[in-house]
Amino acid sequence: MTGEVPLWEVFIRPRNGLAHRHVGSLHAADEVMALQAARDVYTRRGEGNSIWVVPSKAITASDPDQAAENFEPGEKIYRHPTFYDIPEEVGHM
Amino acid sequence: MYSQGLIGADGRTEESPEFLAAFQARIDAEEKIEPNDEMPEGYRRTLVRQIGQHAHSEIVGMLPEGNWITRAPSLRRKATLLAKVQDEGGHGLYLYAAAETLGVSREEMTEELLSGKAKYSSIFNYPTLSWADIGTIGWLVDGAAIMNQIPLCRCSFGPYARAMIRVCKEESFHQRQGYEIVMTLARGTPEQKAMAQDSLNRWWWPSIMMFGPHDADSQHSDQSMAWKIKRFTNDELRQKFIDATVPQAEFLGLTIPDPDLKWNEEKGGYDHGPIDWSEFWRVVKGHGPMARDRIKARKKAWDDGAWVREAALAHADKRRARKMAAE
Ligand SMILES: [Fe+2]
Ligand SMILES: [Fe+2]
Ligand SMILES: [Fe+2]
Repeated sequence: MTGEVPLWEVFIRPRNGLAHRHVGSLHAADEVMALQAARDVYTRRGEGNSIWVVPSKAITASDPDQAAENFEPGEKIYRHPTFYDIPEEVGHM
Repeated sequence: MYSQGLIGADGRTEESPEFLAAFQARIDAEEKIEPNDEMPEGYRRTLVRQIGQHAHSEIVGMLPEGNWITRAPSLRRKATLLAKVQDEGGHGLYLYAAAETLGVSREEMTEELLSGKAKYSSIFNYPTLSWADIGTIGWLVDGAAIMNQIPLCRCSFGPYARAMIRVCKEESFHQRQGYEIVMTLARGTPEQKAMAQDSLNRWWWPSIMMFGPHDADSQHSDQSMAWKIKRFTNDELRQKFIDATVPQAEFLGLTIPDPDLKWNEEKGGYDHGPIDWSEFWRVVKGHGPMARDRIKARKKAWDDGAWVREAALAHADKRRARKMAAE
Protein backbone atom coordinates (compact mmCIF):
# COMPACT_ATOMS: atom_id res chain seq x y z
CA MET A 1 0.00 0.00 0.00
CA THR A 2 1.37 3.45 -0.80
CA GLY A 3 1.21 6.37 1.58
CA GLU A 4 1.69 4.17 4.62
CA VAL A 5 3.75 5.88 7.30
CA PRO A 6 6.38 3.40 8.55
CA LEU A 7 6.63 2.08 12.09
CA TRP A 8 9.71 2.70 14.28
CA GLU A 9 10.89 1.09 17.49
CA VAL A 10 12.09 3.53 20.12
CA PHE A 11 14.96 2.91 22.54
CA ILE A 12 15.90 5.28 25.35
CA ARG A 13 18.97 5.52 27.55
CA PRO A 14 17.38 6.21 30.91
CA ARG A 15 20.52 7.51 32.58
CA ASN A 16 24.15 8.24 31.83
CA GLY A 17 26.02 4.95 31.48
CA LEU A 18 23.06 2.63 31.05
CA ALA A 19 22.18 0.78 27.85
CA HIS A 20 19.29 1.92 25.66
CA ARG A 21 16.05 0.09 26.47
CA HIS A 22 13.07 -0.49 24.29
CA VAL A 23 10.20 1.75 25.38
CA GLY A 24 7.68 1.46 22.54
CA SER A 25 6.96 2.30 18.91
CA LEU A 26 5.58 5.08 16.78
CA HIS A 27 4.81 5.99 13.18
CA ALA A 28 6.91 8.56 11.33
CA ALA A 29 7.74 9.30 7.71
CA ASP A 30 11.53 9.22 8.17
CA GLU A 31 14.22 8.87 10.82
CA VAL A 32 14.43 12.60 11.56
CA MET A 33 10.70 12.85 12.23
CA ALA A 34 10.84 9.56 14.13
CA LEU A 35 13.46 11.00 16.50
CA GLN A 36 11.43 14.17 17.02
CA ALA A 37 8.26 12.22 17.65
CA ALA A 38 10.08 9.87 20.02
CA ARG A 39 11.35 12.84 22.02
CA ASP A 40 7.82 14.27 22.20
CA VAL A 41 6.10 11.00 23.03
CA TYR A 42 8.55 9.14 25.20
CA THR A 43 10.68 11.69 27.07
CA ARG A 44 8.24 14.25 28.37
CA ARG A 45 9.17 13.49 31.97
CA GLY A 46 12.92 13.22 31.87
CA GLU A 47 12.85 9.54 30.96
CA GLY A 48 16.23 9.63 29.36
CA ASN A 49 19.15 11.41 27.76
CA SER A 50 19.56 9.60 24.45
CA ILE A 51 17.15 8.11 21.89
CA TRP A 52 17.58 5.48 19.21
CA VAL A 53 14.95 4.83 16.55
CA VAL A 54 15.07 1.68 14.45
CA PRO A 55 12.71 0.77 11.60
CA SER A 56 10.42 -1.91 13.00
CA LYS A 57 10.85 -3.95 9.88
CA ALA A 58 14.59 -4.14 10.58
CA ILE A 59 13.86 -6.15 13.70
CA THR A 60 13.84 -9.93 13.50
CA ALA A 61 12.26 -11.58 16.49
CA SER A 62 12.38 -15.13 17.80
CA ASP A 63 9.30 -17.28 17.30
CA PRO A 64 7.12 -17.20 20.43
CA ASP A 65 5.95 -20.74 19.64
CA GLN A 66 9.52 -21.90 20.14
CA ALA A 67 9.96 -20.23 23.51
CA ALA A 68 9.84 -23.56 25.34
CA GLU A 69 12.74 -24.97 23.31
CA ASN A 70 14.71 -21.75 23.29
CA PHE A 71 14.44 -20.72 26.91
CA GLU A 72 13.95 -23.93 28.87
CA PRO A 73 13.95 -22.93 32.53
CA GLY A 74 16.08 -24.70 35.11
CA GLU A 75 18.35 -26.07 32.44
CA LYS A 76 22.12 -26.17 32.96
CA ILE A 77 22.19 -25.24 36.62
CA TYR A 78 25.95 -25.70 36.51
CA ARG A 79 26.17 -22.28 34.89
CA HIS A 80 25.30 -20.73 38.24
CA PRO A 81 27.83 -20.13 41.02
CA THR A 82 25.68 -21.78 43.70
CA PHE A 83 26.03 -25.14 41.94
CA TYR A 84 29.58 -25.44 43.33
CA ASP A 85 30.32 -26.44 46.91
CA ILE A 86 32.78 -24.03 48.42
CA PRO A 87 33.03 -24.24 52.21
CA GLU A 88 32.02 -21.09 54.02
CA GLU A 89 35.43 -20.75 55.66
CA VAL A 90 36.91 -19.96 52.25
CA GLY A 91 34.94 -16.76 52.20
CA HIS A 92 33.39 -14.97 49.28
CA MET A 93 34.40 -16.19 45.87
CA MET B 1 37.91 -14.49 31.57
CA TYR B 2 40.91 -12.67 31.03
CA SER B 3 42.34 -9.30 30.96
CA GLN B 4 45.68 -8.15 32.17
CA GLY B 5 47.48 -4.90 32.67
CA LEU B 6 47.42 -3.21 29.29
CA ILE B 7 50.58 -3.83 27.32
CA GLY B 8 51.99 -0.84 25.49
CA ALA B 9 49.21 1.70 25.88
CA ASP B 10 49.90 5.00 24.21
CA GLY B 11 47.72 7.79 25.55
CA ARG B 12 49.46 10.59 23.61
CA THR B 13 46.98 12.94 22.15
CA GLU B 14 47.08 16.25 20.28
CA GLU B 15 43.82 18.04 20.89
CA SER B 16 43.63 21.60 22.19
CA PRO B 17 43.97 22.17 25.95
CA GLU B 18 40.36 23.46 26.03
CA PHE B 19 39.03 20.32 24.40
CA LEU B 20 41.03 18.07 26.71
CA ALA B 21 39.94 20.02 29.78
CA ALA B 22 36.27 19.80 28.79
CA PHE B 23 36.65 16.08 28.21
CA GLN B 24 38.40 15.63 31.55
CA ALA B 25 35.60 17.52 33.27
CA ARG B 26 33.09 15.02 31.89
CA ILE B 27 35.25 12.15 33.14
CA ASP B 28 35.66 13.76 36.56
CA ALA B 29 31.89 14.17 36.78
CA GLU B 30 31.63 10.39 36.23
CA GLU B 31 29.82 10.86 32.95
CA LYS B 32 30.10 7.86 30.68
CA ILE B 33 31.62 8.46 27.27
CA GLU B 34 29.55 6.93 24.47
CA PRO B 35 30.74 5.99 20.96
CA ASN B 36 29.31 9.06 19.21
CA ASP B 37 30.75 11.51 21.75
CA GLU B 38 33.82 13.51 20.91
CA MET B 39 36.88 12.06 22.58
CA PRO B 40 40.65 12.58 22.48
CA GLU B 41 42.40 10.42 19.92
CA GLY B 42 44.62 8.99 22.68
CA TYR B 43 41.55 7.90 24.63
CA ARG B 44 40.11 6.15 21.59
CA ARG B 45 43.44 4.52 20.74
CA THR B 46 44.03 3.31 24.29
CA LEU B 47 40.57 1.78 24.44
CA VAL B 48 40.80 0.12 21.04
CA ARG B 49 44.04 -1.47 22.11
CA GLN B 50 42.89 -2.44 25.59
CA ILE B 51 39.50 -3.82 24.58
CA GLY B 52 41.12 -5.60 21.63
CA GLN B 53 43.74 -7.22 23.88
CA HIS B 54 41.01 -8.20 26.28
CA ALA B 55 38.87 -9.73 23.51
CA HIS B 56 41.82 -11.66 22.08
CA SER B 57 42.59 -12.94 25.57
CA GLU B 58 39.08 -14.32 25.99
CA ILE B 59 39.32 -16.09 22.64
CA VAL B 60 42.86 -17.45 22.99
CA GLY B 61 41.98 -18.36 26.58
CA MET B 62 39.59 -21.00 25.28
CA LEU B 63 42.51 -23.02 23.91
CA PRO B 64 44.31 -24.18 27.08
CA GLU B 65 41.01 -25.25 28.64
CA GLY B 66 39.60 -26.70 25.44
CA ASN B 67 42.58 -29.04 25.58
CA TRP B 68 40.89 -30.92 28.48
CA ILE B 69 37.24 -31.03 27.45
CA THR B 70 37.43 -34.52 25.97
CA ARG B 71 39.39 -35.79 28.95
CA ALA B 72 37.38 -34.30 31.81
CA PRO B 73 37.12 -36.96 34.54
CA SER B 74 33.30 -36.97 34.83
CA LEU B 75 30.22 -35.84 32.99
CA ARG B 76 29.71 -33.14 35.63
CA ARG B 77 33.18 -31.73 35.06
CA LYS B 78 32.83 -32.00 31.31
CA ALA B 79 29.52 -30.12 31.21
CA THR B 80 30.99 -27.43 33.45
CA LEU B 81 34.14 -27.04 31.39
CA LEU B 82 32.15 -26.85 28.17
CA ALA B 83 29.89 -24.20 29.69
CA LYS B 84 32.88 -22.20 30.87
CA VAL B 85 34.70 -22.29 27.55
CA GLN B 86 31.46 -21.32 25.81
CA ASP B 87 31.18 -18.34 28.17
CA GLU B 88 34.72 -17.24 27.27
CA GLY B 89 33.84 -17.28 23.58
CA GLY B 90 30.86 -15.07 24.37
CA HIS B 91 33.07 -12.70 26.36
CA GLY B 92 35.30 -12.35 23.31
CA LEU B 93 32.26 -11.44 21.26
CA TYR B 94 30.97 -8.79 23.71
CA LEU B 95 34.41 -7.22 23.79
CA TYR B 96 35.03 -7.22 20.04
CA ALA B 97 31.62 -5.58 19.67
CA ALA B 98 32.52 -2.93 22.26
CA ALA B 99 35.76 -2.18 20.38
CA GLU B 100 33.86 -1.99 17.09
CA THR B 101 31.85 0.94 18.45
CA LEU B 102 35.16 2.87 18.33
CA GLY B 103 35.49 2.43 14.58
CA VAL B 104 37.78 -0.60 14.31
CA SER B 105 36.48 -3.68 12.51
CA ARG B 106 36.41 -7.22 13.79
CA GLU B 107 38.38 -8.33 10.73
CA GLU B 108 41.16 -5.79 11.42
CA MET B 109 41.40 -6.95 15.01
CA THR B 110 41.50 -10.60 13.96
CA GLU B 111 44.25 -9.88 11.45
CA GLU B 112 46.29 -8.09 14.10
CA LEU B 113 45.99 -11.09 16.39
CA LEU B 114 47.00 -13.55 13.69
CA SER B 115 49.94 -11.43 12.52
CA GLY B 116 51.24 -11.14 16.07
CA LYS B 117 50.78 -7.36 16.11
CA ALA B 118 48.07 -7.46 18.77
CA LYS B 119 48.87 -8.94 22.15
CA TYR B 120 46.82 -11.12 24.46
CA SER B 121 47.25 -12.10 28.08
CA SER B 122 50.62 -13.77 28.60
CA ILE B 123 49.02 -16.42 30.82
CA PHE B 124 47.69 -18.38 27.84
CA ASN B 125 51.13 -19.05 26.50
CA TYR B 126 51.62 -21.69 29.20
CA PRO B 127 50.55 -25.30 28.63
CA THR B 128 47.80 -27.18 30.54
CA LEU B 129 49.74 -30.32 31.44
CA SER B 130 47.35 -32.03 33.87
CA TRP B 131 43.69 -32.01 34.84
CA ALA B 132 44.68 -30.08 37.96
CA ASP B 133 45.56 -27.17 35.68
CA ILE B 134 41.91 -26.80 34.77
CA GLY B 135 41.15 -26.30 38.46
CA THR B 136 44.05 -23.94 38.96
CA ILE B 137 43.13 -21.84 35.94
CA GLY B 138 39.61 -21.34 37.25
CA TRP B 139 40.82 -20.54 40.72
CA LEU B 140 43.82 -18.31 39.93
CA VAL B 141 43.48 -17.12 36.35
CA ASP B 142 39.75 -16.42 36.43
CA GLY B 143 40.25 -15.15 39.97
CA ALA B 144 42.87 -12.65 38.78
CA ALA B 145 40.71 -11.71 35.81
CA ILE B 146 37.71 -11.03 38.07
CA MET B 147 39.88 -8.82 40.27
CA ASN B 148 40.78 -6.85 37.15
CA GLN B 149 37.33 -6.80 35.60
CA ILE B 150 35.22 -5.69 38.55
CA PRO B 151 36.66 -2.16 38.48
CA LEU B 152 36.31 -2.17 34.68
CA CYS B 153 32.54 -2.30 35.20
CA ARG B 154 32.99 1.38 36.15
CA CYS B 155 35.23 2.23 33.20
CA SER B 156 34.46 5.65 31.72
CA PHE B 157 33.69 4.21 28.28
CA GLY B 158 30.04 3.09 28.33
CA PRO B 159 30.12 0.08 25.96
CA TYR B 160 33.19 -1.41 27.69
CA ALA B 161 31.69 -0.88 31.15
CA ARG B 162 28.40 -2.48 30.13
CA ALA B 163 30.14 -5.46 28.50
CA MET B 164 32.12 -5.93 31.72
CA ILE B 165 28.97 -6.00 33.85
CA ARG B 166 27.64 -8.86 31.76
CA VAL B 167 31.02 -10.63 31.76
CA CYS B 168 31.48 -10.35 35.53
CA LYS B 169 28.05 -11.84 36.12
CA GLU B 170 28.85 -14.81 33.91
CA GLU B 171 32.34 -15.10 35.35
CA SER B 172 31.03 -15.80 38.83
CA PHE B 173 30.91 -19.57 38.46
CA HIS B 174 34.29 -19.84 36.73
CA GLN B 175 36.42 -19.30 39.79
CA ARG B 176 34.23 -21.45 42.03
CA GLN B 177 34.27 -24.44 39.70
CA GLY B 178 38.05 -24.16 39.53
CA TYR B 179 38.45 -23.99 43.28
CA GLU B 180 36.12 -26.97 43.64
CA ILE B 181 38.35 -29.02 41.32
CA VAL B 182 41.51 -28.06 43.22
CA MET B 183 39.80 -28.76 46.55
CA THR B 184 38.70 -32.20 45.36
CA LEU B 185 42.28 -33.03 44.38
CA ALA B 186 43.76 -31.53 47.56
CA ARG B 187 41.47 -33.75 49.62
CA GLY B 188 42.10 -36.82 47.47
CA THR B 189 44.96 -39.33 47.40
CA PRO B 190 48.54 -38.16 48.04
CA GLU B 191 49.12 -38.35 44.27
CA GLN B 192 46.12 -36.12 43.61
CA LYS B 193 47.24 -33.61 46.21
CA ALA B 194 50.70 -33.60 44.64
CA MET B 195 49.08 -32.89 41.26
CA ALA B 196 47.29 -29.89 42.75
CA GLN B 197 50.51 -28.60 44.32
CA ASP B 198 52.48 -29.07 41.09
CA SER B 199 49.86 -27.13 39.22
CA LEU B 200 49.88 -24.28 41.75
CA ASN B 201 53.68 -24.23 41.50
CA ARG B 202 53.51 -23.70 37.75
CA TRP B 203 50.62 -21.19 37.64
CA TRP B 204 51.27 -18.96 40.64
CA TRP B 205 53.88 -16.66 39.16
CA PRO B 206 52.27 -16.36 35.73
CA SER B 207 48.99 -15.52 37.51
CA ILE B 208 50.40 -12.64 39.51
CA MET B 209 52.16 -11.40 36.37
CA MET B 210 48.71 -11.07 34.78
CA PHE B 211 48.31 -7.71 36.51
CA GLY B 212 51.14 -6.33 34.41
CA PRO B 213 54.39 -4.51 35.28
CA HIS B 214 54.93 -2.71 38.57
CA ASP B 215 53.44 0.77 38.73
CA ALA B 216 56.88 2.36 38.63
CA ASP B 217 57.55 0.64 35.28
CA SER B 218 54.13 1.04 33.76
CA GLN B 219 54.53 4.13 31.58
CA HIS B 220 51.06 5.00 30.44
CA SER B 221 49.16 4.01 33.50
CA ASP B 222 48.71 7.56 34.86
CA GLN B 223 46.80 8.73 31.79
CA SER B 224 44.54 5.66 31.90
CA MET B 225 43.83 6.36 35.57
CA ALA B 226 43.07 10.03 34.86
CA TRP B 227 40.67 9.04 32.08
CA LYS B 228 39.14 6.45 34.42
CA ILE B 229 39.72 3.66 32.00
CA LYS B 230 41.53 2.13 34.95
CA ARG B 231 40.44 2.56 38.56
CA PHE B 232 43.29 0.78 40.32
CA THR B 233 46.96 0.44 39.49
CA ASN B 234 48.57 -2.88 38.54
CA ASP B 235 50.22 -3.21 41.93
CA GLU B 236 47.03 -2.40 43.83
CA LEU B 237 45.12 -5.10 41.97
CA ARG B 238 47.95 -7.61 42.38
CA GLN B 239 48.01 -6.92 46.12
CA LYS B 240 44.27 -7.46 46.44
CA PHE B 241 44.56 -10.72 44.53
CA ILE B 242 47.41 -12.06 46.65
CA ASP B 243 45.67 -11.10 49.89
CA ALA B 244 42.51 -12.90 48.78
CA THR B 245 44.29 -15.99 47.44
CA VAL B 246 46.82 -16.85 50.16
CA PRO B 247 44.15 -17.88 52.71
CA GLN B 248 42.39 -19.91 50.00
CA ALA B 249 45.59 -21.89 49.42
CA GLU B 250 46.13 -22.33 53.15
CA PHE B 251 42.62 -23.72 53.49
CA LEU B 252 43.51 -26.40 50.94
CA GLY B 253 46.82 -27.21 52.65
CA LEU B 254 48.69 -26.13 49.54
CA THR B 255 51.87 -24.02 49.55
CA ILE B 256 52.29 -20.92 47.44
CA PRO B 257 55.67 -21.26 45.72
CA ASP B 258 57.12 -18.01 47.03
CA PRO B 259 59.52 -18.39 49.98
CA ASP B 260 59.43 -14.63 50.57
CA LEU B 261 55.67 -14.47 50.95
CA LYS B 262 54.80 -13.16 54.41
CA TRP B 263 52.12 -11.19 56.16
CA ASN B 264 52.98 -7.54 56.68
CA GLU B 265 51.04 -6.37 59.70
CA GLU B 266 51.79 -2.74 59.06
CA LYS B 267 50.33 -2.60 55.56
CA GLY B 268 47.67 -5.21 56.30
CA GLY B 269 48.67 -7.31 53.32
CA TYR B 270 51.19 -9.86 52.13
CA ASP B 271 54.66 -9.04 50.89
CA HIS B 272 55.80 -11.19 48.00
CA GLY B 273 59.15 -12.11 46.49
CA PRO B 274 60.58 -10.58 43.31
CA ILE B 275 58.74 -11.26 40.06
CA ASP B 276 60.78 -12.45 37.09
CA TRP B 277 59.84 -9.71 34.63
CA SER B 278 62.26 -10.96 32.03
CA GLU B 279 60.07 -14.06 31.78
CA PHE B 280 56.95 -11.88 31.54
CA TRP B 281 58.31 -9.85 28.64
CA ARG B 282 59.61 -12.94 26.89
CA VAL B 283 56.16 -14.51 27.08
CA VAL B 284 54.31 -11.32 26.09
CA LYS B 285 56.53 -11.05 23.03
CA GLY B 286 55.52 -14.49 21.93
CA HIS B 287 58.27 -16.70 23.32
CA GLY B 288 56.10 -18.55 25.83
CA PRO B 289 56.10 -22.33 25.59
CA MET B 290 52.76 -22.35 23.74
CA ALA B 291 52.76 -19.02 21.89
CA ARG B 292 53.32 -20.50 18.47
CA ASP B 293 50.67 -23.19 19.00
CA ARG B 294 48.10 -20.69 20.17
CA ILE B 295 48.39 -18.49 17.11
CA LYS B 296 48.63 -21.52 14.85
CA ALA B 297 45.39 -22.84 16.33
CA ARG B 298 43.65 -19.48 15.86
CA LYS B 299 44.89 -19.23 12.31
CA LYS B 300 43.76 -22.75 11.53
CA ALA B 301 40.32 -22.03 13.01
CA TRP B 302 40.08 -18.85 10.93
CA ASP B 303 41.24 -20.54 7.71
CA ASP B 304 39.15 -23.66 8.26
CA GLY B 305 36.15 -21.46 8.89
CA ALA B 306 36.52 -19.56 5.61
CA TRP B 307 34.17 -21.85 3.69
CA VAL B 308 31.56 -21.54 6.42
CA ARG B 309 31.58 -17.75 6.19
CA GLU B 310 31.41 -17.91 2.41
CA ALA B 311 28.63 -20.50 2.46
CA ALA B 312 26.60 -18.46 4.97
CA LEU B 313 26.82 -15.37 2.77
CA ALA B 314 25.92 -17.39 -0.35
CA HIS B 315 23.00 -18.94 1.49
CA ALA B 316 21.78 -15.52 2.62
CA ASP B 317 22.00 -14.27 -0.97
CA LYS B 318 20.02 -17.25 -2.20
CA ARG B 319 17.35 -16.77 0.45
CA ARG B 320 17.08 -13.07 -0.39
CA ALA B 321 16.75 -13.85 -4.11
CA ARG B 322 14.03 -16.42 -3.42
CA LYS B 323 12.15 -13.99 -1.23
CA MET B 324 12.29 -11.29 -3.89
CA ALA B 325 11.12 -13.74 -6.54
CA ALA B 326 8.15 -14.66 -4.34
CA GLU B 327 7.12 -11.05 -3.73
FE1 LIG C 1 35.91 -14.48 30.40
FE1 LIG D 1 36.26 -16.92 32.89
FE1 LIG E 1 37.79 -11.65 30.97
